[in-house]
Amino acid sequence: MTDVLIIGCGVIGAAAAMELSKYKLSVTVLERENDVAMGTTKANSAILHAGYDPHPGTLMARLNVRGSELAKYYCEKLDVPYRQCGSMVLAFTRADLDTLDILYDRGMKNGVKGLEIISGDEARKREPELADTVLAALWAPSAAIVSPWEMCLAFAETAVKNGVKIEFNTEVTGLERDGGCWRVTTDRGVREARYVINAAGVDSDTIHDMVAEHDFEVKPSRGQYYLLDKSEGSRVNTVVFQCPSEKGKGVLVSPTVHGNLIVGPNAEPSDKHDTATTAEGLDFVRETAKLSVPGVDFSKSIRNFAGVRANAGRDDFLIRKAAPGFIDLAAICSPGLTSAPAIGEYAAELLGREGLELEEKESFELSRRRIRFKELTDEERRKLVARDPSYGRVICRCETVTEGEILAALRSPVPPCSVDGVKRRVNAGMGRCQGGFCGPRVVELLAKDLGVTPDRIVQDREGMWILKEETKGVPGSV
Amino acid sequence: MYELIVIGGGPAGLAAACAAWDSGLRSILIVERDRELGGILNQCIHNGFGLTYFKEELTGPEYAHRFVELLSKTGVEVRTDTMVLEVTPDRKVHMTGPETGYVVEEAKSIILAMGCRERTRGAIAIPGSRPAGIFTAGAAQRYVNVEGYMPGKRVVILGSGDIGLIMARRMTLEGAKVLACVEVMPYSGGLTRNIVQCLEDYDIPLYLSHTVTDIKGRDRVEQVVVSRVDERRRPIPGTEMVFDCDTLLLSVGLIPENELTSGAGILLDPRTKGAVVYENMETSVPGVFACGNVAHVHDLVDFVTQESQRAGAAAAKYVLNGPAGGETIDVINGSGVSYTVPQRIRPENVEKTAGIFFRVNRIFGKSRIVVSNREGEVAGFNRERLAPGEMERIALPAKLLENVKGELTVAIQEVE
Repeated sequence: MTDVLIIGCGVIGAAAAMELSKYKLSVTVLERENDVAMGTTKANSAILHAGYDPHPGTLMARLNVRGSELAKYYCEKLDVPYRQCGSMVLAFTRADLDTLDILYDRGMKNGVKGLEIISGDEARKREPELADTVLAALWAPSAAIVSPWEMCLAFAETAVKNGVKIEFNTEVTGLERDGGCWRVTTDRGVREARYVINAAGVDSDTIHDMVAEHDFEVKPSRGQYYLLDKSEGSRVNTVVFQCPSEKGKGVLVSPTVHGNLIVGPNAEPSDKHDTATTAEGLDFVRETAKLSVPGVDFSKSIRNFAGVRANAGRDDFLIRKAAPGFIDLAAICSPGLTSAPAIGEYAAELLGREGLELEEKESFELSRRRIRFKELTDEERRKLVARDPSYGRVICRCETVTEGEILAALRSPVPPCSVDGVKRRVNAGMGRCQGGFCGPRVVELLAKDLGVTPDRIVQDREGMWILKEETKGVPGSV
Repeated sequence: MYELIVIGGGPAGLAAACAAWDSGLRSILIVERDRELGGILNQCIHNGFGLTYFKEELTGPEYAHRFVELLSKTGVEVRTDTMVLEVTPDRKVHMTGPETGYVVEEAKSIILAMGCRERTRGAIAIPGSRPAGIFTAGAAQRYVNVEGYMPGKRVVILGSGDIGLIMARRMTLEGAKVLACVEVMPYSGGLTRNIVQCLEDYDIPLYLSHTVTDIKGRDRVEQVVVSRVDERRRPIPGTEMVFDCDTLLLSVGLIPENELTSGAGILLDPRTKGAVVYENMETSVPGVFACGNVAHVHDLVDFVTQESQRAGAAAAKYVLNGPAGGETIDVINGSGVSYTVPQRIRPENVEKTAGIFFRVNRIFGKSRIVVSNREGEVAGFNRERLAPGEMERIALPAKLLENVKGELTVAIQEVE
């Protein structure tokens, strides 16, 4: 019996787990996939929104603004790549100018600091690559960019360090109320919990329906993206939005914390797990982005991807008690990433109201340091390699990631078990060759660490096998 | 302080270092990121190497071994498992390796021989899902030939670059079924001999003017959709063919790896994606040379060797005799020519002949390669056929260059 069981280990589940790990509680997270951050968390715009989009008075407005502050705090404490670069919403038409006014008003009511409407010329002064057609812009200095999967990882690692247990490859198939507790059936047996948190992302409606009446439906909205090489990384220095519509926040052009340029997304209805890209979707992203920043060089593309928003056709998150001892953290669409730490905080508060004892632990470990060889000075590199030679061996040449960093990730509180898991932790394979060179080396390191043969190593999810079988000659037998 | 640091111990770096030694340098360091010398040749276990240079047919590892042997008879220092992270314009080379640690070495001259990388799915934005099973041909080659694992059993290959063609044969010999080789251009990007020996001999269909328009499969590739393209390379709706397969190999181009080069402030040529070089493979930074696939992508290692030997000899000359000087002729790409190497020639520095490598931008039948300046034709060379997949080479006698001022244009005139 665990005090709290969290379903799903995306950034929302991880934030809730970290929050609850501050208290004298036993907490278990069940995650269907083999790693954290496997859904919407790993495929989004990687923006921490300032908070002028949500309607004043909504939970979303409050959690967005609070989340943005908390995210900044945690990213610093937990060594998560974060940069407060500010954002602009561009206006191209009279209607857009009205929208800027509305956003400004909302922002003021929501308590967003530093908002300013600036002229097109002023916007171009700050971002010289903006189109001549930009009439004005809403400037929000508190907007930031972040590594979303690393934020999730940092929360999950902190939770684990403070006693939380994460069970991977475990899918919830049923929930039953049993003598004041929850019996949680999974494909790996039954778990019992006093309280349950539904943080199942695009599947949060399915989980909700196991315990309460069907009253919302996730209507997934897919967004496609381009990720461009670092040579395009300084095309803009702030997050450049267009005016939002009912479909979403529109196509943005933004630097990433890793030094690349991200462009996207579109918005289109999709299946919950359909993260395919399409020629039409990518064309739309390209054409629309060029209205904001005409000079983006799409021949520098290094990757395309798509993510699925857990929209539920409403203007607010669905965070509430759904059944006794059961709360939904559902319909977490944008700005879900930004709001995540505030949602975690609020989840604990809701459980407290439900009777969960929130007694703080004497010690809560809130620190995390990752060695990033690339960011060290020559002197620091010299000392590091002298101390541990594995930091001298570069595995990923595009991103300058060393063997030492990969080995450190393998010894971390939430170790990777896939090639992309390694990528999310240390950036190996994220660069312009997309793992062409380092992929086989990473497979080798993983196989050695996990004590399996290389053909057991997966690219990302279970089932994503890389190598079919040995060639006709058994390696090493000659 | 080294007289010469060679960055990269593949065929280019090996030939350059040997030539520099033979030309009198005695303090040479090769820095190689892999655990062994030889570069990409080590995974090219097929034959066909050395026909031009050695006049015999070798495998990739054999070809590399010839130079490793030569090198072992010199006093050239080698650091393997060591990666260069930065080259500065004042010729300081930052490198790191588990053995030697993080060190900065200085050199009187540098030869850049880092080779190239493969274009990826992301670079050409192939739509579809993102399952496992999509490999660049070179990565698949490494898995099969070095690691001893098959990346899949039913294979479609996009692109008809040489590595893709070689892998079509290799995967077939290892028991896979290669369903198709798909090329977006109306002609192959690889050598004719590879089309014949790797596709035709195994009845693997080559679909010219086709491309992959969708990838299906959630965890692993399950299907690849191939469509015909129009003259502007846009897919034609209604021409889709669906292949049930578990693997898609990409052989869609090679890109010289010039991040160190641009970091050193060296001028790059957007056409070759390598450094702009003079007749002796010297870059825009005096004393820094580039050769092999980092300068421009070659089809045949034999030419890499010859080019790199020139670079090695030139580096030695630079160190021993001082900088090369004299007037500069710019080599201009005329009609039909997509790039030339070198891009600049200093006649004073040309001994017998100045060799010019170039590629054409489409298939030409019987043609004349015309080298001209403002006054008219300086030299002409006849060819039966020219193709983008086969690099061309012409040699201009030093005498011819004496009276040329300013620029020279290389152009193709189709005869019939």
